[in-house]
Amino acid sequence: MINDSNRDKTLGETLREQGISRRSFLKFCATTASMMALSPAMIPKIAHALENARRPSVIWLSFQECTGCTESLTRAHTTTIESLIFDFISLDYHHTLQAASGHAAEQARETAMEENYGKYLLIVDGSIPMDNPGYSTIAGISNYDMLMDTAKGAAAIVAVGTCAAYGGIPHAKPNPTGAVSVGDLIKDKPIINVPGCPPIPVVITGTLMQFLTFGSLPELDHIGRPKAFYGKSIHDRCYRRPFYDKGLFAETFDDEGAKKGWCLYKLGCKGPTTYNACATTKWNDGTSFPIEAGHPCLGCSEPDFWDGGSFYKALSMPTENITRTVIYTAAGAAAAGVALGAMNRHKKNQAVATHNRTSIDDLKK
Amino acid sequence: MSSSTVVQFNIQIGDELTFNVKPLLNEVKHALDKLIETGQSTVIDLRSIPLAPGEEEKILNVLGLGEVQARLDALGLSEVIETRYAGVWIVTHYNDDDHIISRFIEVTSMPEILCSQTEDIMAAYSRLGLTLNDEQKNNVEDS
Repeated sequence: MINDSNRDKTLGETLREQGISRRSFLKFCATTASMMALSPAMIPKIAHALENARRPSVIWLSFQECTGCTESLTRAHTTTIESLIFDFISLDYHHTLQAASGHAAEQARETAMEENYGKYLLIVDGSIPMDNPGYSTIAGISNYDMLMDTAKGAAAIVAVGTCAAYGGIPHAKPNPTGAVSVGDLIKDKPIINVPGCPPIPVVITGTLMQFLTFGSLPELDHIGRPKAFYGKSIHDRCYRRPFYDKGLFAETFDDEGAKKGWCLYKLGCKGPTTYNACATTKWNDGTSFPIEAGHPCLGCSEPDFWDGGSFYKALSMPTENITRTVIYTAAGAAAAGVALGAMNRHKKNQAVATHNRTSIDDLKK
Repeated sequence: MSSSTVVQFNIQIGDELTFNVKPLLNEVKHALDKLIETGQSTVIDLRSIPLAPGEEEKILNVLGLGEVQARLDALGLSEVIETRYAGVWIVTHYNDDDHIISRFIEVTSMPEILCSQTEDIMAAYSRLGLTLNDEQKNNVEDS
């Protein structure tokens, strides 16, 4: 990370001081455009915007999560580009990555909030438990309190991963902790949802770069996802789509159709209802993605994906009606907290009652 | 002269082009037409197009190798190759671990990244001046 004396310098100035050539910068911009799923015609505009962009403060909060989202980002294959991005931002708080702990760590968060009030970018991964604050705390502070406190001065919030964006696996039936998403709690700040379990690394960095480059939110879909990455369904961009159009399907995982790479729709593929960039961006250095490896898409970037019926039932087979989570507004008052708890217990009881289990028979289909 | 009479991709009978290869090659052909008619360049991001396993290699094979192959050392390796179709370039960027981080087909007379950049030329001018000054000082001290 760059030291504090560089906080007010533009990225262009910082890069030149580091001896990075303009040619290298152009390469960075070309790759950034590709990461942001922007047209290559935008490369000169990205170069101009980045040249003049100033270093933002970023606070990253992790709540009920598995750290998969951070793993996804920090193990992104574009090492050089990622390191440039990390050099460029001031990651002032990330309790998994930072060396400081205890009071020193919390002090870093409070200082960053104070010094950059109204300007810092808040990244959240993980859902927030509303049943009992004790389910997840950091430095004795409940996830709810830390989120609400930190969100106040944020310019924008990026909910990274399906847990932060829509509640994710903690929110799955029977939702034992009363988990909710960032968007369920905060209504007065711009929120960008970057779902996925985990999200594709370049989708995380691409979204961050969009904000850092242009200082504005990317265009979002109806559930708050950047259209650049989530604008098309997996099915629309799947290389197996032509088999679907011809009615050629794998019926089991080891039949002739599966061996010939036919469409996995009948094996439960959620590609037609899932919006993400896996089919083009792919995973593991652009090597492959689940459908290419022969497994149906699970739909992990969609709300309630864990409760959407069996992963191995075709979409046309009836599944129960999945309702969105109860919306918790950020009223903030203690009374509201009690009410939220009561509503959430009701929701939890409902979830327990309708909880579906996947059987061995489902897997054999 | 219209490009349609000039550009003929070397596709052999028996080449099994899968679903996205032919449309993409046609896009390249249209881009060449635009370059000839208007001088306007086109960049196609290969990572934004859904390609089946082997399709990217198929596209690269069809385009083949031309007269120019350049390697750049800029934030990791980059390769700039003119294909056997003049004006059609493959630009591939690698990271420090030699993994491909982006790949473009550029239809242009010269990819921008190959050109010396004004900012770098200005920095080079200053650096060379400093080097010559140092050299001069050393010579004076030696004498």
